[in-house]
Amino acid sequence: MTEPLIEIRDLNVWYGTEHALKGITVDIPARQITAVIGPSGCGKTTLLRSLNRLLEETEGTRVTGQVLLDGVNIYDRGVDVTEVRTRVGMLAPKPFPLPMSIYDNVAYGRRIHGLPVLDKGNGRHLDRIVERYLRAAGLWEEVKDRLHSPASGLSTGQQQRLCLARALAVEPEVLLCDEPTSALDPISAQRIEEQLRAIKTETTIVVVTHSLRQAHRLADYLIFLWLGELVEAGPARQVFQNPRDERTRAYLAGDIG
Amino acid sequence: MAWRTREQVTAVIRQRRRRTDRLAERLMAALSAACVLLVPLIAAALWLRAWPILRTRPLGDLLFSTVWRPQQGAFGFFPFIMGTLWVTAVAMVLAVPPSLLTAIYLAEYAPPRLRAVANPLIDLLAGIPSVVYGVWGVVVVVPLVGQRVGPLLHRWLGVVPLFRQDNPTGYSILAGGIVLAVMVFPIIIAVAQDVIRAVPQGLREASLALGATRWQTVRNVVLRRAWAGVMAAIMLGFSRAFGETMAVLMVVGNIPQVPRSILDAAYPLTALIANNYGEMMSIPLYDAALMGGALILLAIVLVFNVAARAVLVRWVGS
Ligand SMILES: Nc1ncnc2c1ncn2[C@@H]1O[C@H](COP(=O)(O)OP(=O)(O)O)[C@@H](O)[C@H]1O
Ligand SMILES: [Mg+2]
Repeated sequence: MTEPLIEIRDLNVWYGTEHALKGITVDIPARQITAVIGPSGCGKTTLLRSLNRLLEETEGTRVTGQVLLDGVNIYDRGVDVTEVRTRVGMLAPKPFPLPMSIYDNVAYGRRIHGLPVLDKGNGRHLDRIVERYLRAAGLWEEVKDRLHSPASGLSTGQQQRLCLARALAVEPEVLLCDEPTSALDPISAQRIEEQLRAIKTETTIVVVTHSLRQAHRLADYLIFLWLGELVEAGPARQVFQNPRDERTRAYLAGDIG
Repeated sequence: MAWRTREQVTAVIRQRRRRTDRLAERLMAALSAACVLLVPLIAAALWLRAWPILRTRPLGDLLFSTVWRPQQGAFGFFPFIMGTLWVTAVAMVLAVPPSLLTAIYLAEYAPPRLRAVANPLIDLLAGIPSVVYGVWGVVVVVPLVGQRVGPLLHRWLGVVPLFRQDNPTGYSILAGGIVLAVMVFPIIIAVAQDVIRAVPQGLREASLALGATRWQTVRNVVLRRAWAGVMAAIMLGFSRAFGETMAVLMVVGNIPQVPRSILDAAYPLTALIANNYGEMMSIPLYDAALMGGALILLAIVLVFNVAARAVLVRWVGS
């Protein structure tokens, strides 16, 4: 295994009194695709949302334990949550285009961070950035003639790729994807998967999926959750071919979940 | 009577259901029609009653003459129209920014427990009868404006005519505007808050997940999405301020003059009608003149509503 980028240490999450994640300890390797699998309700989304502290947006959640990003606990008091989310981007299950143009959606993250968007004025630099990330998301050819029309006019599959471009434009070190293709038709889903594989040379990807086939296609590393507990984690090939835990074996065989 | 077969029974039931359905539809259609027809009916009635004065005076004179001497047959509505517009404008300027900020705070920032305490109180504010606001205005706001706010404005901003104090009583546009603003708060806060909370959580999170601060998210995403509804909330508040009569007439001074300063007294149309209807009816054309005043009010409301709708349609359409 390569250097871990994210080290999760004894992570517990409660929704009110419901103990949704129980003592998770696992490392997520840098510049690989880590797939989180497990039956519905086992805590996959919760785990993902704890990695960029989006969990805090849900009323009544409580988190204990540590999530170390490059050795720094993102839950530490002095850590700025916007900084965490800038370094750890996210792709939601359903696309939520911001109520603005296609161009502005991609430029949004740059603008709010005041990243060097307008290097020496005239905005051409930003144009290039928008183009670059629309290409990276495989959307450029389809939208290059209507960059300034509202993003809501795109199809769901296009919107999801726009959300990918929007997330990538902030240049995150980690990209969290929560069932990123579950709302998409097969062709759009395939395009998203292609883009994820293409960017993993630069970006660490954690993808939650309920599709074992998708995990097969994408994953270098695999995490299996069961009822809020981590059952097994390891290189994908090893877990698929030779699961150590009986529950993993049963889940992979389709006997449970 | 012979036993009916099961099929006959179901047929009867089905027929009855269909009849009820048709009846319900017709009833609702009739009620809707009545509501829709109410505005033209009211307008027509006012028009008929105002006809004696509309017929004998050019419309331009009625609307733009500043002379109001009913005994001499001079009916210039301009001071009253201005009184209405000034008081409403001051009320909206005072009410809109703080109530929108409150709505944003309660919808986006406040912990649920605070919201649970604040919202019932705000709703309570909306239920207080306007005469109570009027009394509060007379007892608290009028002296405050006359003795404190007025002199202060005059001293610091008096070079601008808008803030000159030539009327030390405190019975003024500003007093009316303050009372109205407080009456309008709960409406704008409640409606704007609902509208903002209706923005999908996923949209908020999309922005937050990019590292935006909460305020950036509110400004660039939530408000942009909720814009039309927020405008509707403001329009509702406007209608309330515009039509409010009792509380205003108790504190604005009721002097028929064209105001120059927010510290001047004014005489809004609503106050004119409420103060005088049923009195001095011996004066020729007086009754018709008051009906004309009501007609002008209705016309102004219609103009504002249509204008707001046009703006909304343009924005939502694009
Ligand atoms: N907002 C919430 N409030 C209360 N309980 C929640 C909430 N979100 C998730 N849970 C609970 O936490 C557990 C894990 O949920 P989740 O992480 O969404 O699972 P998964 O993504 O694997 O389907 C479930 O039992 C679910 O009921
Ligand atoms: Mg989930």
